[in-house]
Amino acid sequence: MAKTLFEKVWQQHVVKANDDGSVLLYIDRQLVHEVTSPQAFEGLRIAGRKPWRSNASVATPDHNVPTTGLEHGITDAVARTQVEALDANCEEFGITEFKMGDIRQGIVHVVGPEQGLVLPGMTVVCGDSHTSTHGALAAIATGIGTSEVEHVLATQTLIQKKPKVMRINVDGDLPETITGKDVALYIIGQIGTAGGTGFAIEFAGSAIRALSMEGRMTLCNMTIEAGARFGMIAVDDVTLDYVKGRPSAPTGEIWTQAVAAWRELHSDADAIFDKEIHLKAADIVPQVTWGTSPEMVVPITGSTPSLMDAKDDVQHEGWSRAFAYMGLKENTPMAEIAIDKVFIGSCTNARIEDFRAAAAIAKGHKVASNVKLAMVVPGSGLVKAQAESEGLDVIFKEAGFEWREPGCSMCLAMNADRLEAKERCASTSNRNFEGRQGAGGRTHLVSPAMAAAAAIKGHFVDVRGWK
Amino acid sequence: MQAFTILNGLVVPLDRANVDTDAIIPKQFLKSIKRTGYGPFLFDEWRYEDVGQPEMDCTHRPIRKDFVLNQARYQGAKIMLARENFGCGSSREHAPWAILDYGISCVIAPSFADIFHNNCFKNGILPVILTDDEMDVLFTETIATEGYKITVDLESQTVTTPSGQRFTFEVDDFRKHCLLNGLDDIGVSLQASDNIRAYEKERKQSAPWLF
Ligand code: SF4
Repeated sequence: MAKTLFEKVWQQHVVKANDDGSVLLYIDRQLVHEVTSPQAFEGLRIAGRKPWRSNASVATPDHNVPTTGLEHGITDAVARTQVEALDANCEEFGITEFKMGDIRQGIVHVVGPEQGLVLPGMTVVCGDSHTSTHGALAAIATGIGTSEVEHVLATQTLIQKKPKVMRINVDGDLPETITGKDVALYIIGQIGTAGGTGFAIEFAGSAIRALSMEGRMTLCNMTIEAGARFGMIAVDDVTLDYVKGRPSAPTGEIWTQAVAAWRELHSDADAIFDKEIHLKAADIVPQVTWGTSPEMVVPITGSTPSLMDAKDDVQHEGWSRAFAYMGLKENTPMAEIAIDKVFIGSCTNARIEDFRAAAAIAKGHKVASNVKLAMVVPGSGLVKAQAESEGLDVIFKEAGFEWREPGCSMCLAMNADRLEAKERCASTSNRNFEGRQGAGGRTHLVSPAMAAAAAIKGHFVDVRGWK
Repeated sequence: MQAFTILNGLVVPLDRANVDTDAIIPKQFLKSIKRTGYGPFLFDEWRYEDVGQPEMDCTHRPIRKDFVLNQARYQGAKIMLARENFGCGSSREHAPWAILDYGISCVIAPSFADIFHNNCFKNGILPVILTDDEMDVLFTETIATEGYKITVDLESQTVTTPSGQRFTFEVDDFRKHCLLNGLDDIGVSLQASDNIRAYEKERKQSAPWLF
């Protein structure tokens, strides 16, 4: 019978079917970070359990790590305690950790694929909702809670019910300068933040095939913002080229064997989906969010909406609240909105391609005088080193951007990098919720090129035709 | 996980509806890296005059004398009565951790918020749902009688008062089985250890790059 990509990978991981329709699903890889793991390790200790397979888990601190002044260590006591707890737990339970100061350290979702720790067809979990990122490699990847982190450590399995599967096809050629981020925001704008609830989403179509691996990761990363816990893209040459030669990728005989298996990781031609959506690549213009939910998004050529156009009372209420929080009025052209800060980073957009795109815009320009801070935060130590070897750090610094150490940083403002109340930020992260980047802070989600352009102009601007 | 079979214990009445998880354990305690030690901070804002901070010594903090948990007659309570929608709000698992750490392993209410209800079972707490009328009987008798103890029997799914009045409650079979045997989800999954090993053995052959 014809199968979807999701079904193929799912079936390969069913250890046992339960009576209530759930299954015991085998987990190939668990990524671990400092915030959601301490109680899971403590749970193991209290119950006297050991990890089922400690080499299936890999850890790195990211959420809380400082991005400047590393020579002083972590000055925030809570953050320090969590990072030290991670070090001690990994030591005690024999789990490999890329510690602070290791060039391989960084945001879990950047580090996993970069190290070849995430491979096509794997099941991947992490105590973090943006684990959907790894679906770009045709993996079933999802975020889980702390109890489940412990469950996976102890059993290498998870009790799961199979979600429905939706395919979103983006057909045609993407216009130049349109990135994975614009595609992600456009899709969320079309289907809404609950559009994917209960589904695993497969992204397909010629526009998706044309995306780089980085762009695909950006897209799958934001699947969770469309309400779906899983996003996936079939294996093709782009996937294989990306994986080949990574430190933990197979080599020799086994590589050949793996590639043969991975070539099967696509939906069969006549596979049936629970839902299917078709979008046209040509319709996509650089996107900017205006409100406090990723679905409150418009093209840079557009304006904030008119309350009159709200489809019901709930949306009217949501928009009014968003306008008040964001300090914006109806029908304001996006290109007229001035900003205070710029953040280029996060597991959505802190990979080398993102920095190349931002640097191409920033090159030879200066950050506008009304912009108080423009920061670039690499997704990992290796991304940082790569960017520096290409001279991107110099371009950023000459333009007036700050070049930081790797971590989650101002994506969630758990460390010192944050917005003050009412500060407006062009951000390449994934969530524009109230208070996400600091209490009262106002976030606009954009692509790296759009963020860099906003930094230079001091307000949002269309990057198409940038000189 | 501690098994739950029959519990005979002192009852404390928390006569409030919609008690959210932020009231059960305020957000500053989420910074802790432990799952134990939350008992002294259970209902922190309602129990104390000052604002609690993780790891602080609670023995000399000024308490709010009128809050039920602070009344001498309810010290050592093992069962808590509550009103509808208990445990609503954020999904933090710290809420059941705090209740258990305090010494309560059964909460009886007319309804519970979903995630909290689920999290109770994962942590060895029995959430019992009774009707409003039955709740009224329990609240009235608890308040009227110092040292009021009831018996909660999971096997027979009953709550019995000192006068012999008996109420029955529903519980999902699988959850019941786990609690009776002290099996958390992990314990249950580990019963399939042989299946997991067999699966791994096969996969090592067919997909060696995964190991
Ligand atoms: S970068 Fe942001 S979204 Fe990604 S893992 Fe870190 S905090 Fe979560």
